[in-house]
Amino acid sequence: MKVITRRKSRDEILSMLEDYARIIIVGCGTCPTVCRTGGLPETQDMEAALAAAGKLVTGRVVVNAACDASRALFISQAGQSLEDAQAIVVMACGLGVQSMARFDLRPVVPALDSMFFGIETGPGAFEEICSQCGACILGFTGGICPVTSCHKGLLNGPCGGTNEGMCEVGNGRPCAWTLIYERLEKAGRLDLMKRYQPPAGRTGRLQPGMWKLTGGKEGSTS
Amino acid sequence: MSGKSLKAALASGSFVVTTEVGPPKGADLGRMREHVELLRDRVDGINVTDNQSSVMRLSSLGGACLIKELGGEPVLQVTCRDRNRLAIQSDLLFAASRGITNVLCLTGDAVVVGDHPDAKAVFDLDSVQLLRLLGMLEAGRDMGGNKLDGPAVFFKGATVTPEARPPGPQMLKFEKKIEAGAEFFQTQAVYDAEAMRRLADRASRYGVRILAGILLLSSAKMARYLNKNVPGVFVPEALVEELESAPKGTAKKKGIEIAARMIRVLREEKLCAGVHVMAIGAEELVPEILRQAGMM
Repeated sequence: MKVITRRKSRDEILSMLEDYARIIIVGCGTCPTVCRTGGLPETQDMEAALAAAGKLVTGRVVVNAACDASRALFISQAGQSLEDAQAIVVMACGLGVQSMARFDLRPVVPALDSMFFGIETGPGAFEEICSQCGACILGFTGGICPVTSCHKGLLNGPCGGTNEGMCEVGNGRPCAWTLIYERLEKAGRLDLMKRYQPPAGRTGRLQPGMWKLTGGKEGSTS
Repeated sequence: MSGKSLKAALASGSFVVTTEVGPPKGADLGRMREHVELLRDRVDGINVTDNQSSVMRLSSLGGACLIKELGGEPVLQVTCRDRNRLAIQSDLLFAASRGITNVLCLTGDAVVVGDHPDAKAVFDLDSVQLLRLLGMLEAGRDMGGNKLDGPAVFFKGATVTPEARPPGPQMLKFEKKIEAGAEFFQTQAVYDAEAMRRLADRASRYGVRILAGILLLSSAKMARYLNKNVPGVFVPEALVEELESAPKGTAKKKGIEIAARMIRVLREEKLCAGVHVMAIGAEELVPEILRQAGMM
């Protein structure tokens, strides 16, 4: 699993840095490194771009995982360059940016947009296949998630916009319900798709999600 | 045709005709009013589209109220795209309170194909769940299980694409809609009587009423556009050629002729309970289609 990220434009990042002259750059050694959006080479590019825009880069740090970093380790890794900085440019997903904001009171500036949780399907190609909806029905849908892979998240079959196995939104997206149908048909289990799926229950996954393991067994929302 | 509910018209066994109007993009109901006044006594029901093609317009509920005020029989189209279950239920209760009982349940087109592509798509319910919801409101309870002051009465409609490719997933959903309580169906535009025959065979065991979608072709260009861009719509090459060979300026006339011919075939061969005529902005041509089809 990876959080798939996309770089923000140079102008957007600079507009958030208008009031700050001294900047520390934080990259992430996990998903943004794989996505080539916030690994070591990208932090170097960012340093050059900020310097070209007249900023003083006090330092660069690539933490192992920005979402899971320890505050003490980060502070010691960043050292004086954090002390000298007025703002932190974080080249990580939304989890990483917010973790940094919890570590330090300096303003954090996101350098990336977080797109989705996805799997890598080929070199540099990622696909969103789960939306963490909290009400998994994959057992009825041939192991293909309609909540995520159907553009409309329909639970009871395809809409009228499906055509020759493709989705009406285009861009080469397949119709998830056609894939589900074909897979269940091959398995002789179309009965699963014929079953009525009620509207999603959303209270089981109250936003913002909070979860606690209790006694090492089942968790509970808190 | 006037004065009778759509449900009664379909129960009577006579060949039923419905049509549709699109509400205005703006607050001026003048043109819509003209179309409703022209059509209300000539058809058994008038659909009001619900932000069709994800293009923002005056609400289908507002349009249905206008038809009711003018003495017509509205068919309220409700999509799942723009409203969550609270909003849909309140709208449906309001509709019921005004005697708007015919509800056509649709998924709704994707937001990105419309004129507000950045809007948040809702799809809290899907069309099958929406059909079941109508049944709950009729039984006097809302989706939360709470008792209603006065149950609502609906005539529950849904859509089906007779020529969907592949047909399997579409037909499975068609059957789920019937199980969910659909009493009548309107089809996607169909130009091939054989496709309607296959659907009629499939539907015969369920006792649901099917209105075949008749979409007026205004030119060969439009026919080609439909073939290329609209899922499940196939205009046979012979019809495209017929439109193309029509003398300059008469393609629309030819389109009316084609629509009327299709209605005659469907009616004579008893392939459906009636037709749903879509003229998309040229509603004033609907009476001429019906006249040529021998329906007036």
